[in-house]
Amino acid sequence: MLSYALRRVLSAIPIVFITITVCFFILRLAPGGPFDGERALPPDVLRNLRAYYNLDQPLIVQFFIYVGGVLRGDFGPSMVMQDFTVSRLLAIGLPFTLMLGFTAFILGTVGGFIAGALAAVNQNKWPDYLLVFIVLIPLIIPNFLMANIVQLVFGVYLHWLPVGGYKPGQIMNLVLPVIILSMPHGARVARLVRGSMIEVLGTNYIRTARSKGLGPSLILTRHALKPALLPVVSYLGPGLSYLLTGSLVVEQVFALPGIGKYFITAALNRDYGLVLGTTVLYVFIILVLNLIVDVLYAYLDPKVRLR
Amino acid sequence: MVDLIGKDATLTDYADKLQAEVKGRSLTQDALRRLFANKAALISIFLLIAVILVALIGPYFLPWPYDKIDWSAIRKPPDFAKGHFLGTDQNGRDMLARTLQGTQMSLLVAAVATSVSVVIGIVYGAVAGYFGGRIDAIMMRFVDIMYALPYILFVIILVVIFGRSPVLLFVGIGCLEWLTMARIVRGQTLSIKNREYIEAAQAGGARPFTIIFRHILPNLTGPVVIYATLTIPEIIITESFLSYLGLGVQEPQTSLGTLISFGAPVAEALPWMLYAPAFFLVLMLVCFSYLGDGLRDALDPKDR
Repeated sequence: MLSYALRRVLSAIPIVFITITVCFFILRLAPGGPFDGERALPPDVLRNLRAYYNLDQPLIVQFFIYVGGVLRGDFGPSMVMQDFTVSRLLAIGLPFTLMLGFTAFILGTVGGFIAGALAAVNQNKWPDYLLVFIVLIPLIIPNFLMANIVQLVFGVYLHWLPVGGYKPGQIMNLVLPVIILSMPHGARVARLVRGSMIEVLGTNYIRTARSKGLGPSLILTRHALKPALLPVVSYLGPGLSYLLTGSLVVEQVFALPGIGKYFITAALNRDYGLVLGTTVLYVFIILVLNLIVDVLYAYLDPKVRLR
Repeated sequence: MVDLIGKDATLTDYADKLQAEVKGRSLTQDALRRLFANKAALISIFLLIAVILVALIGPYFLPWPYDKIDWSAIRKPPDFAKGHFLGTDQNGRDMLARTLQGTQMSLLVAAVATSVSVVIGIVYGAVAGYFGGRIDAIMMRFVDIMYALPYILFVIILVVIFGRSPVLLFVGIGCLEWLTMARIVRGQTLSIKNREYIEAAQAGGARPFTIIFRHILPNLTGPVVIYATLTIPEIIITESFLSYLGLGVQEPQTSLGTLISFGAPVAEALPWMLYAPAFFLVLMLVCFSYLGDGLRDALDPKDR
């Protein structure tokens, strides 16, 4: 188990490195830069700026300076928000994004699991049809549209919940964003659980358990739960990156102070330093979470460990 | 005698009938019959054809082009006398014309990006599946890694680098949406490549790529069609998402995502600006996903 986890960690390190390399060179080789304004800068100013951002060094030297910085937790300066370093911006936004993401993740996974299990147990009866229909909605309607509709209905027309914005402590402001973020995730989980649960409930050992006279709740919790969980756990990895994409939208629509908002702003301003820093951080988070999911999967399914 | 002739006639009739009926149905006909038996899929097909026709031909019949400003009608609700059937936006441009143009854009993105992703996915998956062994392991490991990374980040980086040209957007989305297709094609190829006819082709001296393109790809049509149809709504969502964030299609051209992003903040006062593009977007997405499901049931009956 430990050696499996160790192997996974080792295989993840090159991926982070490759991502940094590819993104760095793509962004640096791109035409245009943050200093191409409407008005050309005086050559001396430009030279000083370029020296400050190490842009006058050869590309390969810039790369090593950057990687060295990243290893020390320094993502370099932001090229548009000039009073901030990228690390500082990320440090401001990251806790919020993680909190939002994890709340939505837990809510979506648990809610989706319950919905899927309910649908599977009542297969081809009205709760099943109802749940399958409800689950389709967040899968078909894109989340940015859903977010706007929810904002309009609950925020503007009904005045039940705040429309957007967030300051620490304003929990009501997070209700709509978390729900919007968790819905597509929950819907996918529910679909998977329904499918795998129906399959598991049809197996011979469940029939044996039933013939021994075990009650339905005992069969579900003792015998059907663990095998039905497997596909869900293997989905959680990709699910995380969907959640992240969702958080870009949700932070934008609800004007929340997370790194997703910085990323979009940076992309619109061509702030290479910030775009690169955010991407590296995202990739790092996703890989770490994927590792956790993989280890969890290996714990649940011994077959994986032995490969 | 008469009786005999009568019997003969009946028999001949019967034989004719048999001959007519024996005319066998091909697998495609079978699949089409199953598809048309599916009400939701059939309705989706008709609605999609209608949307495509309206989006492509409709603008020619409208009194206002999508980028023309009507100074006498700025921020006005639907007005049939002036020819603004869905009202106008803050700049006095006709919303119906803009919505149709946005729909066109979404359809165009869907067509180009889906083709790109299908081509890459098929070639990648077929090569990995056919050659197998270490090549397969490396190629599929790469797909696994890409799966874990949020591809939207890369699309956004591409947009940052190359500016906001729509063509690039199409190709960029296509280049990053091929992973599922590659996996499916690989799986199918693995199951096909040990069949006798592949062996026969190998014995006949056909080179690997000839086998892949001549003998394997034609047998992959079913799953490829299904997943291409299921990829279209994803691509439409991606494009509208990028445009919504301001990273996609740029003014004066528009797309459904751009229209929604302009309509949403003012929806309380000018609801027609949000509802028209939202309706078209959702309509297309619903139709494509029902059509995809219908195709899956029709072409892959064992999966039901």
